[in-house]
Amino acid sequence: MNIYKNASVASKKAFLNYAIVILFFVVFQTLVNTGSITSALKGQLIPIVCYMIMAVSLNLVVGISGELSLGHAGFMSVGAFTAVIVSALMSGASNSSRLFVSILVGAAIAALAGFLIGIPVLRLNGDYLAIVTLAFGEIIKNILNCLYVGIDDKGVHFAFNNPNALGMDPLGKEIIKGPMGAVGIKKIATFPAAVILLLVVLIIIQNLVNSRTGRAIMAIRDNRIAAESMGLSPMKYKMLAFTVSASMAGAAGAIYALNISTLVPKKFDFNTSILVLVFVVLGGIGNMTGSLIAAGVLVVLPELLRKFSDYRMLVYAIVLILVMLVTNNEKLKGRLDTFVKKLGMRISKGGRKK
Amino acid sequence: MSKSPEVKLVNVPSPNFVPEKDAGKPLVLEAAHLGIDFGGLVAVDEFNIGIGATEICGLIGPNGAGKTTIFNLLTKVYEPTRGTIMIGGRDTHNMTPVQVNQMGIARTFQNIRLFDKLSVEENVKIGLHNHIGYHTLSGVFRLPAYWKEEKKAHEKALELLDIFGMADLANVTADSLPYGAQRRLEIVRALATGPKLLLLDEPAAGMNPSETEELMNNIRKIRDEFQIAILLIEHDMNLVMGICESIVVLNFGRIIAKGTPSQIQGNPQVIEAYLGTHRG
Repeated sequence: MNIYKNASVASKKAFLNYAIVILFFVVFQTLVNTGSITSALKGQLIPIVCYMIMAVSLNLVVGISGELSLGHAGFMSVGAFTAVIVSALMSGASNSSRLFVSILVGAAIAALAGFLIGIPVLRLNGDYLAIVTLAFGEIIKNILNCLYVGIDDKGVHFAFNNPNALGMDPLGKEIIKGPMGAVGIKKIATFPAAVILLLVVLIIIQNLVNSRTGRAIMAIRDNRIAAESMGLSPMKYKMLAFTVSASMAGAAGAIYALNISTLVPKKFDFNTSILVLVFVVLGGIGNMTGSLIAAGVLVVLPELLRKFSDYRMLVYAIVLILVMLVTNNEKLKGRLDTFVKKLGMRISKGGRKK
Repeated sequence: MSKSPEVKLVNVPSPNFVPEKDAGKPLVLEAAHLGIDFGGLVAVDEFNIGIGATEICGLIGPNGAGKTTIFNLLTKVYEPTRGTIMIGGRDTHNMTPVQVNQMGIARTFQNIRLFDKLSVEENVKIGLHNHIGYHTLSGVFRLPAYWKEEKKAHEKALELLDIFGMADLANVTADSLPYGAQRRLEIVRALATGPKLLLLDEPAAGMNPSETEELMNNIRKIRDEFQIAILLIEHDMNLVMGICESIVVLNFGRIIAKGTPSQIQGNPQVIEAYLGTHRG
């Protein structure tokens, strides 16, 4: 508790997020172990964590770096399909090492995609990133729709638009079949692994934000001209934030893909990108705790609203509007803040008695 | 008003002059035949200036004379249409504002440009950015270099804030500071980048006479302590005449007079520019 008392405001917020994630894990893992959870919700656990990673990573771009990205699902799909191929190639290895390497390679390829997009776009000043990432999301979806990948003894075979062009041995196996997506994925992702990934992502983002580099990113967001006159290169720091964010979306995509048996490219369309943006905006721009909670609640909400059947999305929209109204209400916000402060004081007081 | 004793200006091997004490040292900044056009409009033309190593120089002129444009040219926010700018003897052709800062020029802005949502201390630490010696990865993994350098930066930031007695405001967000304090914070932040030349754009704007008096003492203190040159734009003539060793007067984008404060005060062209000609 002494550590808690002496820590800065920023690190207190960071620790709160770790605590939320660990609490979330403990509660749901217990529910799973005791069998007191519906199978529908159980199946949602890993996707929830994936979307939490998506939300916090997008928040790095939208909230901290102040750029709008509308193609976050595109990076997720790059990570997802890369992970499928890597995992299929490593069929001999243990599940955990397969998972680990798949996530790592998925993140790396997504980072590369982010880097390449960033080179031309982040030089410009304005909303160009939104337009280009929007296009990227669509382009990558269409490319994956035409992509055929197979593996045999000789290695990986790629073909475009024509499965017969793969040129595989008769014994070879097609793993990605164009619009039908990746099939026969071995489900090696686990809930604990996903939570560990989420924690790692949170640690990286929050430590980055609360360092020299994060200050530079926020300075460029707040006032580009002043930041330049302080000797900070906008291109360099925007690029860093964007690439890190893309790699994390790739990692989220990887673990998402390795949790389901069939993965279609259509899953990662514009709607998914907007959904993640909704998590970020609803949770509060630049607020990581908000992103976590918004992602968690909004992934589950459509399932909970099933009994409204046809009116499901209508109710969903109304809930979104209500939350926006309430969180933007100054009075309510003030009360919430004092409540959180009091809670924090109680915790540190409790520590002093010991 | 406390007035600095008037210094003698001497010629240096160029069309410029600097205070006698800086005569032996290389010029911090030298601009020759500088000019910029916006479309067909000649905003600045034939601007020549040389600034000595520890000189306090004033840039004055009526509104719209092109003073801030000159700051933007010197810091490469605008690329000049004509002429050259040498910083410490190096040509800055095609350089960016970032490179110019790293060569030793820092500035403040007429319309305050702080990092509003960040704290006062963070604003200063951003100024210190290029002097904080740890890599991004050390920050992400919280390696020893991070803790050591952040501690050093924290101490340095408070030390710099203390020049203006602002150390106790370190944790306040920048946009909640009063106007005068925001101006002072901009100076501290610029100073944190470790410049050889500090450009101050109307540092006393919005300050009352006692605050201005304090600012004058602080500008002198900064110059003496850090041994840097200062070029300032200001409309407050008490401040300009009180602390500047040399003054350049601008009107319609051209220099109309240069010299010591007393030379400027007696110059008929300057009086004409400010007050207009006597008719009839």
